[in-house]
Amino acid sequence: MTRAATPAVRRFESPGIFAFMVWALVIAFIAWSFAETGPSLERLMRGANRLIAPDGMLARMFPPEISRLPQVLRSLLETFQMATAGTMLGIVLSFPLAILAAEGLSPNRILRGLSRGLIAVFRTVPDLVWAIIFIITVGLGPAAGVLAIMVDTMGFAGRFFAEAMEETDKGPREALSAIGATRPGLIFSAVVPQALPAFTATTLFCLEKAVRGSVVLGLVGAGGIGIELKTAFDLFDYDQALTVIIAIFILVIAVEQLSGWIRREII
Amino acid sequence: MQMRLIEDGAAIAAPVLRLTELCKNFGERQILKNIKLEVIGGSAVALIGANGAGKSTLLRSLVRLVEPTSGKIELLGKDVTALAERDLVRLRSRVGVVFQKHNLVSRLSALTNVLHGVQSRSNGPQSWLQCLASRSDRDEAMRCLAAVGMQNVALQRVDSLSGGQSQRVAIARMLMQRPEMVLADEPDASLDPQSGEEIMNLLYKLTKEKKLTLIVSSHRLEHTQHFSDRIIGLADGRITLDQPSATSSSKNLRSFFIDRAA
Ligand SMILES: Nc1ncnc2c1ncn2[C@@H]1O[C@H](COP(=O)(O)OP(=O)(O)OP(=O)(O)O)[C@@H](O)[C@H]1O
Ligand SMILES: [Mg+2]
Repeated sequence: MTRAATPAVRRFESPGIFAFMVWALVIAFIAWSFAETGPSLERLMRGANRLIAPDGMLARMFPPEISRLPQVLRSLLETFQMATAGTMLGIVLSFPLAILAAEGLSPNRILRGLSRGLIAVFRTVPDLVWAIIFIITVGLGPAAGVLAIMVDTMGFAGRFFAEAMEETDKGPREALSAIGATRPGLIFSAVVPQALPAFTATTLFCLEKAVRGSVVLGLVGAGGIGIELKTAFDLFDYDQALTVIIAIFILVIAVEQLSGWIRREII
Repeated sequence: MQMRLIEDGAAIAAPVLRLTELCKNFGERQILKNIKLEVIGGSAVALIGANGAGKSTLLRSLVRLVEPTSGKIELLGKDVTALAERDLVRLRSRVGVVFQKHNLVSRLSALTNVLHGVQSRSNGPQSWLQCLASRSDRDEAMRCLAAVGMQNVALQRVDSLSGGQSQRVAIARMLMQRPEMVLADEPDASLDPQSGEEIMNLLYKLTKEKKLTLIVSSHRLEHTQHFSDRIIGLADGRITLDQPSATSSSKNLRSFFIDRAA
């Protein structure tokens, strides 16, 4: 063969007309979004002024008012308990759901499709919406919050558990089915032990998520400390609000530290 | 050649395995072509052949880990190809399988892994973890570990064991099953030469002790000759060699150990 000249490589691939239109639309939409919803510079300045002025929000927050501290701490404990109970319920229920949803473990395709669908619904509907639904069905208070956290956890953990089980080493599973093991035998001897570190990590992550989430759930009346925060802001008691915020901050950090420690110790 | 085996022990003269016209295709490719084979109970058969000759496919199809395309498999008195799911499970529990990879659950102890060998016998939590097992199962598992010299690491996690130790634990799990015959697919392949030889020796010795039939594939010529009674050579999906190990000549066998790629 004769030595062919290597073809020059273009620096840029020129986009097709379709790709070009898509890009133009995306950029136009981003610009439009800013124009419609973004804060103007002037408003930002006014906001900053309100925050740091001598009689502004920050000044009125300090020093934090601790007269209602016992009540705040009680709500904080309730928040943590809601998060714990909701997460645990959700984890326990997501386990069978995940088995039904996992490829190769699910008894049949229809069940697998159904449980995948259920998990998807649980995951895509935001926890605040679940909270409102449960407030309507079981009434105001922490029970609604627990149920909302439970469903939210099932949506998250159900999917991760199923994936963790699907990703386990197939070798032990094959070895056991080669000697006539049953489905439960396979799942509990070969799959669950392998997926256990992933289960633990997911559970801890769900707990962290639930603690943060349950603060917001309180705002709509589903129990916990959120209602303290809302009341304080509604009454312009910014110094009260700061106490609540600090309390939440400490709880969230404590839970994150604790779960980090457990993760290191166990896994 | 079957005559020779019958001389070895009269009580075990009936074939435990009979293959008739066994074929396996993967898509268009014919991997096994009309395999015809009889194996006498209690004998140790070595299966040899270059990479891709179909050794694993043959071994796996015996218990339908691979579904044969056509032909007949009679194993331990059962027509394997005709078995319903439930009966297949029952048959599988009678056949011990050792793989190239030990296929143990690495996060669990050696003892728990050995207990998994009774999966099909004690159906339920008793075989999931050693702490749930009955006294007699635990004792038996310890005896199986002792039989492979691993009783001292019973409570260690498998991921802390060496490759050779893990393969021994896998053999203990197979013994726990109380199998009537043993299939081993290159149990020595992922081990260093010495551990590999020990494993092959162990399998041969244990199956002889218990008068179990052994069918083992290996890529090492000396292992094949030392640890078997009969050698079957596969080439291109057909049996092209079948002779007693004692009279086999390394020269004849060598062609089966040359990889196609080479
Ligand atoms: N599941 C499968 N799908 C498609 N082809 C397969 C499958 N399993 C095996 N094969 C093909 O069948 C042929 C025989 O494979 P097999 O594993 O039985 O060979 P082998 O003799 O065990 O080789 P090795 O010595 O490498 O283990 C190979 O060419 C392989 O590519
Ligand atoms: Mg192979």
